[in-house]
Amino acid sequence: MSEASPAKAYALHLGVIALLFVLSFVLPDYYHGLLARIMVLAVFAMGYNMLFGYVGLLSLGHAMFFGAGLYGAGLAVIQLGWSVPLAFLGGIACGAVLALVIGLLALRTTGVAFMIVTMMFAQVFYLLILYFATWTGGDQGQVVPQPARVLNFGTTSLDLTNPTVRYMSALALFSLVLLVTLAIVRSRYGRVLVAIRENEERTKMLGYDTFSNKLIAVVVSGTICAASGAAYALLFGYVGSSFASVQYSILPLLWVLLGGAATTLGPLIGTVFMYYVIDVTSGYTSAYLLIVGVALILLVLFFPKGILGTARQRWLGWLP
Amino acid sequence: MHFGPHLLLAALEGLVTSAVLALTALGLSLVFGVMRVVNVAHGEFFMLGAVLAWAITAAIGGHPALGFLAALVIAPLIVGAIALVAERLVLRRLNYNPEATIVATIGMLYIIQQLALSFYGPEARPVEPPFSYRILLPWFGYSGYKLSIIAASALLLIATWLVLTRTRIGLIMRATQYDSETAQAFGIPVGRVYGGVFALGAMLAAIAAVLIVPISQAHYLMGQDPLLLSFIVVIIGGLGSLRGTVVAAVLIGLSDGIISMFFSPTLAKIIATLLVAMVLVFRPQGLFGTTSR
Repeated sequence: MSEASPAKAYALHLGVIALLFVLSFVLPDYYHGLLARIMVLAVFAMGYNMLFGYVGLLSLGHAMFFGAGLYGAGLAVIQLGWSVPLAFLGGIACGAVLALVIGLLALRTTGVAFMIVTMMFAQVFYLLILYFATWTGGDQGQVVPQPARVLNFGTTSLDLTNPTVRYMSALALFSLVLLVTLAIVRSRYGRVLVAIRENEERTKMLGYDTFSNKLIAVVVSGTICAASGAAYALLFGYVGSSFASVQYSILPLLWVLLGGAATTLGPLIGTVFMYYVIDVTSGYTSAYLLIVGVALILLVLFFPKGILGTARQRWLGWLP
Repeated sequence: MHFGPHLLLAALEGLVTSAVLALTALGLSLVFGVMRVVNVAHGEFFMLGAVLAWAITAAIGGHPALGFLAALVIAPLIVGAIALVAERLVLRRLNYNPEATIVATIGMLYIIQQLALSFYGPEARPVEPPFSYRILLPWFGYSGYKLSIIAASALLLIATWLVLTRTRIGLIMRATQYDSETAQAFGIPVGRVYGGVFALGAMLAAIAAVLIVPISQAHYLMGQDPLLLSFIVVIIGGLGSLRGTVVAAVLIGLSDGIISMFFSPTLAKIIATLLVAMVLVFRPQGLFGTTSR
């Protein structure tokens, strides 16, 4: 993270957003839909990266924040009949509150204990979804009905099931979160987070309250993940317990590791790349978990900095 | 049935769970204690043990006891060999860095699970118990095999304890656990000890699985619950403490058996998981453990 050229960094990020915008008009239908999904999940990965990449806290329970957004928004529409914008905000609020509570508890632990504690809280969240199957639909999940997924602005209405609207909504959320993340990591606060990652004791000695800084990071991270989950429920119209399972805590870790932890664009690249690999190999084998497993091991063994992390180290020192 | 016999049945079922859990958790605890590695793939070694037990008994045929005994010997050996290879190829190269090894063992979890699905299939398959003697209690008959699981587990636990406290190998292991650098300076081949401990941990899980497979069934997803329960046991018992692990296994197994008999199993899991998370948050050294180094 060098001081030079904030303009260059912002230009790159705006360029990526513009590229995604243009892609909407050139991609064939299948990839158009896939990319919309990838952008929503990349938001999840960016939220994860906020905590894992910049603060160095490895959580194995982020599926609960994604799930809080997913169920918060989905159930608000299905059970309470809320409108789309309200449900979206409701989902985000659920994630933020959950993140605050979990942060207050889990941050009392460090290292390996932090990973296990977050994993266990996520497991409790997952089991609660199964236990209250009458409302949540359990492992069958529920479909958010199409008529409920329409945004009304006075006379005009936007149908979120329309592919173009869906793509553009996903892109809007993605762009917003990308720029917010960029602003955060370039800010004073972002540098404090990196200082905590590099040497917590020293940061504390320099007079920073590391606990509340970390707590804010957990809440920001959880809120971003919840936004991704809420958007997923509303855009793709399905809420199911599998999105809260351990696997969805591992996937963002994989995407971030692959793209490059502590890089702003890494989560997007990791998500795209992983989906691409699975898409290509699904022609040969249905064993996509095998690919996830092999990818994880190869990454930690030979490529611990990920794609953009390596690029930054070798050629592009200015990359945020 | 009245409440008393019901409770007795629940307690017996709970003890069987405890017996298997104690062995599985002991494996996890040894690996964490000596190597400081959190082995997320531990449940998959358990599953491999069960699946291999099915494959071996199916291949041998004949009297069920014959196949079962062969499985009890061969399955853990194969699982131990796999674990040893994984340790040599992956964990050692990561220098046992705690975070990197967690990610790597998550990778192993997926690889083993997917391979089991591809080669073994999604069905749950039974293994015949080596004998089917029923012990008649005044209120109900109880499977003699289940009681023998408890006995076998107790024997193995005592054997492990004797090895750890009374033999040279155990001394070497404890020295490595206490301070691996000083142990190395005294000429202990720490790398080989790590390899052996990782294989031993996996073998304990495999033995537990072979013991349980005649009363549950072999399935490629069966490693998930033992993993979580073992984590719970190891945390409550205090990481790396054998006595704590056994006490916690009995506690968790019994309460799991009793709560699941009278309430919903999901609720039992929710309560147990939440309690344990709270133990980790507020008493990280475990309920019985002393502060670890």
